[in-house]
Amino acid sequence: MSGIVRNKISAFSVQSLQRVGPYALSLRGYSSGAKEMTVRDALNSALDEEMSADPKVFLMGEEVGEYQGAYKVSKGLLEKYGPDRVIDTPVTEAGFAGIGVGAAFYGLKPIVEFMTFNFSMQAIDHIINSAAKSNYMSAGQISVPIVFRGPNGAAAGVAAQHSQCYAAWYGSCPGLKVLAPYLADDARGLLKAVIRDPDPVVFLENELLYSESFPVSSEVLDSSFCLRIGKAKIEKEGTDVTITAYSKMVGHALKAAETLSKEGINAEVINLHSIRPLDRQTINASVRKTNRLVTVEEGFPQHGVGAEICASIVEQSFNYLDAPAERIAGADVPMPYAANLERMALPQVEDIVRATKRACYRSEPRAATA
Amino acid sequence: MIKPGQPPQCFSRPSVLSSLSLSNPPPSQKKDKKKMSSPILSGAKILQTLPINSNAGGSASDPPKPLSDPLLLLKSKSSLFRSSPKLRRFSSYSPCRSFSSSSSSSSAVFAVSSDVVKEEKKKPKLSTSVSDLLITKEEALELYEDMVLGRAFEDMCAQMYYRGKMFGFVHLYNGQEAVSTGFIKLLKKEDCVVSTYRDHVHALSKGVPARAVISELFGKTTGCCRGQGGSMHMFSSDHNLLGGFAFIGEGIPVATGAAFTSKYRREVLKKADYNSVTLAFFGDGTCNNGQFFECLNMAALWKLPIVFVVENNLWAIGMSHLRATSDPEIWKKGPAFGMPGVHVDGMDVLKVREVAREAISRARRGDGPTLVECETYRFRGHSLADPDELRDPAEKARYAARDPITALKKYILDKKLGTEAELKAIEKRIDEVVEDAVEFADESPLPPRSQLLENVFADPKGFGIGPDGKYRCEDPKFTEGTAHV
Repeated sequence: MSGIVRNKISAFSVQSLQRVGPYALSLRGYSSGAKEMTVRDALNSALDEEMSADPKVFLMGEEVGEYQGAYKVSKGLLEKYGPDRVIDTPVTEAGFAGIGVGAAFYGLKPIVEFMTFNFSMQAIDHIINSAAKSNYMSAGQISVPIVFRGPNGAAAGVAAQHSQCYAAWYGSCPGLKVLAPYLADDARGLLKAVIRDPDPVVFLENELLYSESFPVSSEVLDSSFCLRIGKAKIEKEGTDVTITAYSKMVGHALKAAETLSKEGINAEVINLHSIRPLDRQTINASVRKTNRLVTVEEGFPQHGVGAEICASIVEQSFNYLDAPAERIAGADVPMPYAANLERMALPQVEDIVRATKRACYRSEPRAATA
Repeated sequence: MIKPGQPPQCFSRPSVLSSLSLSNPPPSQKKDKKKMSSPILSGAKILQTLPINSNAGGSASDPPKPLSDPLLLLKSKSSLFRSSPKLRRFSSYSPCRSFSSSSSSSSAVFAVSSDVVKEEKKKPKLSTSVSDLLITKEEALELYEDMVLGRAFEDMCAQMYYRGKMFGFVHLYNGQEAVSTGFIKLLKKEDCVVSTYRDHVHALSKGVPARAVISELFGKTTGCCRGQGGSMHMFSSDHNLLGGFAFIGEGIPVATGAAFTSKYRREVLKKADYNSVTLAFFGDGTCNNGQFFECLNMAALWKLPIVFVVENNLWAIGMSHLRATSDPEIWKKGPAFGMPGVHVDGMDVLKVREVAREAISRARRGDGPTLVECETYRFRGHSLADPDELRDPAEKARYAARDPITALKKYILDKKLGTEAELKAIEKRIDEVVEDAVEFADESPLPPRSQLLENVFADPKGFGIGPDGKYRCEDPKFTEGTAHV
């Protein structure tokens, strides 16, 4: 699979360079050209740097230590920081998520890793009730500087109980911040930002993105690099239609935008970064410019992120819309196992292309909607 | 009225050192070890369905075993109770309370409290010399005052609720004061307490002012959580009261996390003199919840400085503990995870205090967690909305006769630790404190509209960026806005 995104904004050329590993940060001064970094390494480097900067930060989760991380995201950290700071837990999400919350209550900065966010459902009481709501219930006395991170959404062929996207569920809860990176520099910058953040954060990664490489500038590799929470990023500027997406779907949206540009539709692609707080300002400004909206997400359609974006547009930019907003989401079914059915259940590039053409009144037949 | 030879309810045991405790079974019972293990349950309706192994030979035949706590078996260091001969009173508990037929296996199991103490205390002293007393006068009066405060406060809550000044869910602690006072009064300021929705008295014992608690209950902005938490969510960072949780079992992992932090601070952040202990309070119903077991496991695994305090009041709303639990003896669940499990009479504040002292110092030393089951009772219903129809009035009467406050009062007067007048003065003072608190709360203002959106985030930029491109929280009209945040 092609993991290289040609970012039109950047002028970097993609070279076949060595991948930047987590310990290669000392090399940052030596090359001003583009390096490439996988998302996995980006996350690893962010964890490494934040743990070395602040001794109160520790990582806890299943297989994060000796196994080097279920997806190798925490590779090398146990060796470097020891078992007191990289803690392998028993298989007890409710228990260790709660322990993380309690540690955050009392002054530490835990990073709790869920092997996938599907397992976070066992701990959701602690994420919502003890973490998200505590600052409010205690009237600011007890803040909870905790990060819950892990892969979210569909992987490949892992079927219904391992494939759900939780952005919408967590995104509706006040007191939480919910982020979903796409590029390696998103992953790195946002993870560093959330570890430093004093509030509970749900950090939704994506398993299929871990191995994808993206070019990173030397600025990104600097240890103080942080992205702003709550700010969406315009990955590709355009004039005809706005496509919003997050996580893996940003890649699909960019590919769709390429296909569309050959047909004369100049799409603007917004990488949301932040599901909560949603950057309504950027989205609305973009829609006011292009007058059309297509939202793309991997999760279930009802009450999803796209639904919220559409509602926000209707409330704030109704008069600017030239066409009804199009919402692309995963199929309204539990994820099937068969490979072809799974492909049908997830948004593909063709679906985005088709929906965008519909939004631009280039009549295309509707695909099946559940 | 307690009939001699028949301690009033199911789990209690006559104290060997009855002269030093608040309940006074007759001497004959104390000396006869066999008698001590006889079933005490005849009158207890709730135990009818349980086969009781009344094999009195159990305790006598088994040699005293070393500490059953597997982690400590490896060491020859003193166990939780070895140092304290007074705690022999627990010794008879294990064998006859076992529901398995073999007494040998039962006594092997596992409350550290059984068979650990090697000394045989055959003839408890009846003298009341000062050296026999468990507490000093100041301590006794302090305990008394704390329990009276808890009781008076809760009674006032009930009054205020029925007058409409308080609303929602209010869960009162009447009858269980001995547990809160017995444990929390031994803590230092940096020690943490995590509780459930029945948390008013835990807050008061930990030092949160009565004014702050009652204002919180009234929903006023001067409450300890500015009216944003309510009855079930008492938090105080100054007093290290980490909540107040509505879901049962929710507080246990949080408490375990606070204990984890204490250990982390000492070992990783190298703050050598940091050794705070955490107490997790929860009920009998919680002991069937998965999170409880998860945390027993992790706390024992990582030897966290925590004490798990079970306030077994036999009822989870209307569900009797015996109907809900396969093995109702909660203290036994401790040794299954490698920590000592202790059962104590939770209506007797001095007994609770002794057990608490050991458990807390064990945790502080770094020897790991303890599970303490306090047998207690709530005199009122589960909450003020509970009609409390399922509990047998005879059971309630039995426990009412063991009211911890009256028992401590009797003890103080008997041992001449204080006079009637002093106790009355304490009660009067507490009444004034409570009334002053209610007045204060009445006069306090309701939270202003701008408070609605405050404290959602520690960093209010979490509300994101507004339509004008600036952070929403920087907009002066932000808190006057509509629900569309």
